[in-house]
Amino acid sequence: MGDATQAVKGRPPQDSGPQIGAFERFVQLTELDTRMLAMVGALVVIWIVFTALTDGIFLTPRNLYNLTVQSTVVGIMATGMVLVIVARHIDLSVGSILGFSGMVLAVFQVEILPLGVWWNWPLTVVMALAVGAAIGAWQGYWIAYRGVPAFVVTLAGLLIFRGCAWIVTEGRTVAPMDPTFQVFGGGIQGSIGAVWSWVTGVLAIAFVVFNAFTSRAKRHRYGFPVKPMWAELGIILVATAIIVGFVMVMNAYTLPRSDIPRGIPVPVLILMIVVVFMMFISRATKFGRYVFAMGGNPEAAELSGIDVRKTTLMVFVLMGVLCAIGAVITTARLNAGANSMGLLAELSVIAAAVIGGTSLAGGVGTVAGAILGAVVMQSLENGMVLLGVSSAMRQVIIGLVLIAAVWFDTAYNRHRR
Amino acid sequence: MSTAPLVEMRDIHKRFGGVHAVRGVSVDLHPGEVVGVLGHNGAGKSVLMKILSGAIAPDAGEIRINGEKVEIESPRDAQRHGIETIYQTLALADNLDAPGNLFLGRELLTRWGTLDDDAMENETRKVVRRLNPNFTNIKGAVRNMSGGQRQSVAIARAIYFNARILIMDEPTAALGPHETRMVGELVKQLKAEGIGIFLISHDIHDVFDLADRVSVLKNGNLVGTRRTTEVTKDQVLAMIILGKLPEDSAGEEMPGFH
Ligand SMILES: Nc1ncnc2c1ncn2[C@@H]1O[C@H](COP(=O)(O)OP(=O)(O)O)[C@@H](O)[C@H]1O
Ligand SMILES: [Mg+2]
Repeated sequence: MGDATQAVKGRPPQDSGPQIGAFERFVQLTELDTRMLAMVGALVVIWIVFTALTDGIFLTPRNLYNLTVQSTVVGIMATGMVLVIVARHIDLSVGSILGFSGMVLAVFQVEILPLGVWWNWPLTVVMALAVGAAIGAWQGYWIAYRGVPAFVVTLAGLLIFRGCAWIVTEGRTVAPMDPTFQVFGGGIQGSIGAVWSWVTGVLAIAFVVFNAFTSRAKRHRYGFPVKPMWAELGIILVATAIIVGFVMVMNAYTLPRSDIPRGIPVPVLILMIVVVFMMFISRATKFGRYVFAMGGNPEAAELSGIDVRKTTLMVFVLMGVLCAIGAVITTARLNAGANSMGLLAELSVIAAAVIGGTSLAGGVGTVAGAILGAVVMQSLENGMVLLGVSSAMRQVIIGLVLIAAVWFDTAYNRHRR
Repeated sequence: MSTAPLVEMRDIHKRFGGVHAVRGVSVDLHPGEVVGVLGHNGAGKSVLMKILSGAIAPDAGEIRINGEKVEIESPRDAQRHGIETIYQTLALADNLDAPGNLFLGRELLTRWGTLDDDAMENETRKVVRRLNPNFTNIKGAVRNMSGGQRQSVAIARAIYFNARILIMDEPTAALGPHETRMVGELVKQLKAEGIGIFLISHDIHDVFDLADRVSVLKNGNLVGTRRTTEVTKDQVLAMIILGKLPEDSAGEEMPGFH
């Protein structure tokens, strides 16, 4: 992530002696984040174990397609939760915001606006986003300008907006959604096909290469040390392999009773855009820098002339908008607005951020980590469903994993000091 | 002096609930002058200086810069008047690296309005080199740095933005003898450039040889202000400990101790 977190996460001192091991040297030269590597390692182990236990079903294109689609909503919200927690706050209301903005969207789309007009669904999407932003601003106002702790404001929000969601239709489920709108859910029509998937993949690779070389050229210009060329090319190669592999898997899952590839699901495309945007926000903008500074030392942020209140308010607005994006995907996937939408989502979202290395003490966290955290959580859930583990047992296990992840993080940080 | 002082703080008061931390203190500072602000822990030195740096709002009193009355309501206001501060606590965001801290709130941007991390790193290397040539590993989180390195970052931040008025609140507290001497050299250098410096310490030895004048606080009151050429260290010590003015030296201005 930004220099901020990268710094925290694992750059060894420059003058570490010559006696360090080969692995440490490798990590140092490639500037990889060791914690992130450990998480990827854990994910690989989880996948191997489930693949073995399910006789390979886990690793079929069909299951991987579903797994990615299932991860999107939690992943999108977790990128916002990272900033909330980094700023030393918490948001317990994200599931209720999703539920309420989703119900507003569904009611307007199905019952209030005329059906079948082209502007129906875009307008309702904008309305949902506006509802999310407004709720975020309301909660952010109480937290930032009235000094009520975020835990209290968003705990109240969890009740208030769940209640509001029910009030909108008195508990009725609203269906069906606009057929075009359903594309956002990643169902039968909800993927972009083989050709566009390859186009997306190639664009992503071009982006990775462009980024690597422009930042390299810039560091050269200042005479800063750059990582060795083999490391740069190696990282590009690995990224390319992952992107190509992902596109191939998505293309390998075909539409029912045909061999037409589905390609990248639309919700995953949305997730990708959100991730790039949130990475940009947290690494490359003043706003992101201020969020990290506030988390690292609120007093220092204040003394530096940062408008801490406005920044806090904006963090919650952003969180609200991301919940509304989650609501768009959820209503499209369900093909309905229902009261159960987003129920208990706050737990998965916070868990994804925390498993992804976000420190509850504030100041430390990455968007990429949160996505990995979401995929880890969803992989466990998905794998256990395939194995026929009961939902009660799944809850027990995911709870234990959460403790283990945070314990690991604490131990890892103590070791690094 | 005939011209208006660079900074004048007049009759400043600050209460925290029942604690009357600063009681009608007046101090001033001229360009190219070092004024030592002395007093025991809890005397009110940091509070007085935080009022000048915009971190604390005074209950009463006025501040003049070059003779003109100003309202300093935030750290931003103070920065606009050329006031830079090295806080006693350093005020560093531990999770950010040195450039992140140095430019916090005043980031360098690319032409697209995004953070220009490389430019900030480059500038940081330049200013840090001037302070501490051995300190090259500036890209780690300041949390993992030594006390001296952290102090260097805080000092670098204060001198980078061309301050006219520098507040150094116990700047050598975390430093060894060698680094302390370097800070002393830096003070002389900045003074020669015409910068006015408030040098705060609870220890007279840190300040006496560098300062042109000393202002002594005790229990929130100003005991008095004296030229260092006109008093001995022992006399200043008596001011700090007993709150007693030396009898033979004439008070320069308003004795604030009642
Ligand atoms: N933010 C604050 N809230 C309450 N009391 C404070 C605050 N800051 C300082 N004080 C009190 O004001 C008095 C002066 O403190 P300070 O200026 O920090 O002393 P020093 O001369 O050691 O720098 C002390 O009694 C201190 O406890
Ligand atoms: Mg102090």
